[in-house]
Amino acid sequence: MFLKDYIGTVYKSSKSLLKGMKLTGYYFSHPKKILTEEYPDNRATLKMADRFRGEVVMPHDENNEHRCTGCQACEIACPNGTIKIITKQELQPDGKKKKAIDTFVYHLELCTMCNLCVVACPSDAIAMAQTFEHSVYDKKQLKKTLNKPGSKIMEGVE
Amino acid sequence: MSLILDIGFAPFASGVHNWVYGMFGNTTIAMIVEMVIAGLSLLVFLVPLCFFLGYMERKVAAFMQMRLGPNRVGPHGSLQIVADTVKLLLKEGLTPDGSDKFLFNLAPIIVVITSMLVLAPIAFAKNFQIWDMSIGVLYVSSISSISVIGILMAGWSSYNKYSLLGAMRSGAQIVSYELSIGLSLISIVILTGSLRMSDIVMSQQNGWWLFKGHIPVIISFVIFIVASTAEINRAPFDLAEAEQELTAGFHTEYSGMKFAMFLLAEYINLFVVSAIAATLFLGGWMPFHIGSWEAFNHIMDFVPSSLWFMGKTFLIIFIIMWFRWTFPRLRVDQLLNLEWKYLLPISMVNILLVTVMAIMGWHF
Repeated sequence: MFLKDYIGTVYKSSKSLLKGMKLTGYYFSHPKKILTEEYPDNRATLKMADRFRGEVVMPHDENNEHRCTGCQACEIACPNGTIKIITKQELQPDGKKKKAIDTFVYHLELCTMCNLCVVACPSDAIAMAQTFEHSVYDKKQLKKTLNKPGSKIMEGVE
Repeated sequence: MSLILDIGFAPFASGVHNWVYGMFGNTTIAMIVEMVIAGLSLLVFLVPLCFFLGYMERKVAAFMQMRLGPNRVGPHGSLQIVADTVKLLLKEGLTPDGSDKFLFNLAPIIVVITSMLVLAPIAFAKNFQIWDMSIGVLYVSSISSISVIGILMAGWSSYNKYSLLGAMRSGAQIVSYELSIGLSLISIVILTGSLRMSDIVMSQQNGWWLFKGHIPVIISFVIFIVASTAEINRAPFDLAEAEQELTAGFHTEYSGMKFAMFLLAEYINLFVVSAIAATLFLGGWMPFHIGSWEAFNHIMDFVPSSLWFMGKTFLIIFIIMWFRWTFPRLRVDQLLNLEWKYLLPISMVNILLVTVMAIMGWHF
């Protein structure tokens, strides 16, 4: 009985070791399966994963219009004070005043790419971009204004 | 090309021998000069070999892990090892305060010297051997056990608990695994009836022992490969350096060229172990012969003997590298279990089988 267990152990362990060697041998003999991205060389053809989040951007259409109403939901949702929205009162054609954004300040150096601001936004004004080459020599350059100069809110976005 | 390689080595060696003895007469000086020439040619052979092994290991590792490996320095990263060597040469060889300075500086030298001494009885090609002594196998197994002294010395003199732990582990490991190595070497000695390396190679003229000796020799071949992987402290038996637990084990405190010497010794050991396995089980420089197939054997003889030797050696080196990049490291208790509960009993029973087989003449 003991001998049977003993030989069984030897057989099972050799089998599992050979199984492992078979897998690594398969990888070794199939160099096309290599996963390494040669990053700076393949910058032109680089494909990022869909879920990758690089920075917060505010999409503008061709008329330089964005969808941000200045509701500050993203500013409240942000866990570490990355977003600061400065609002202003804008005069409507009918004489009424309406709240609009003056500057959408985004501190990239504080952002953890948690995506909570994008989730919180009621009007899909902001989105996550896949750019990731953010390094700069001066920290001040990481403080970004997301709304383009002279842009205004899109018609019909409340 | 084939002709140069095949007839080149042996006449060259005897030519050098005759020239030296003609210059100095049959004196001690002639012998010393010949030894120096042999040692220097060994160094000239070993250093590029270690460069190549380092490169090969990194490429094999990378491919087995679906990576590319070094590919920036030189074509396909082939000069990476040269760059690393230059870096190690320029680095300061630090000796820590509180260490035993003499032993600390002596240890890497002992490790390198012992690993190079084992190369003496290995036949690199037909009639091309540094010293064809009558106790070749015994010499190999006794010299290779000295290297543990160097490792213990390094660990003890470093004045560092990681180094000491690594060295002690290495001691326990080498002392146990030597038994299995010895027993698996003995199985071939039983079949050959000689400890001389050239006799062992010549006995495989009509087929390698791995094929002639059926199952018992295959078992002892596997045991030899496993135990010698442990003996040279390579993963999955690299408890002596165990990066994750002991930073670098016995060579934690070494830097610069002293560290490079440990690295050199590791690769020389890898080569030596594979060369011995190739000589004993795969016929050394002997071409692949099948019994009495004259035509086939004749065709095989056209491939130079040195190429046969290097090919077999590199096959085994590749297998050992394959082990390293597949298996996880053993724990200390698992390591000792494997030796004392599995390898040693199996190899003892195996010796019995080989002896019976040799007496009854059941091998080809």
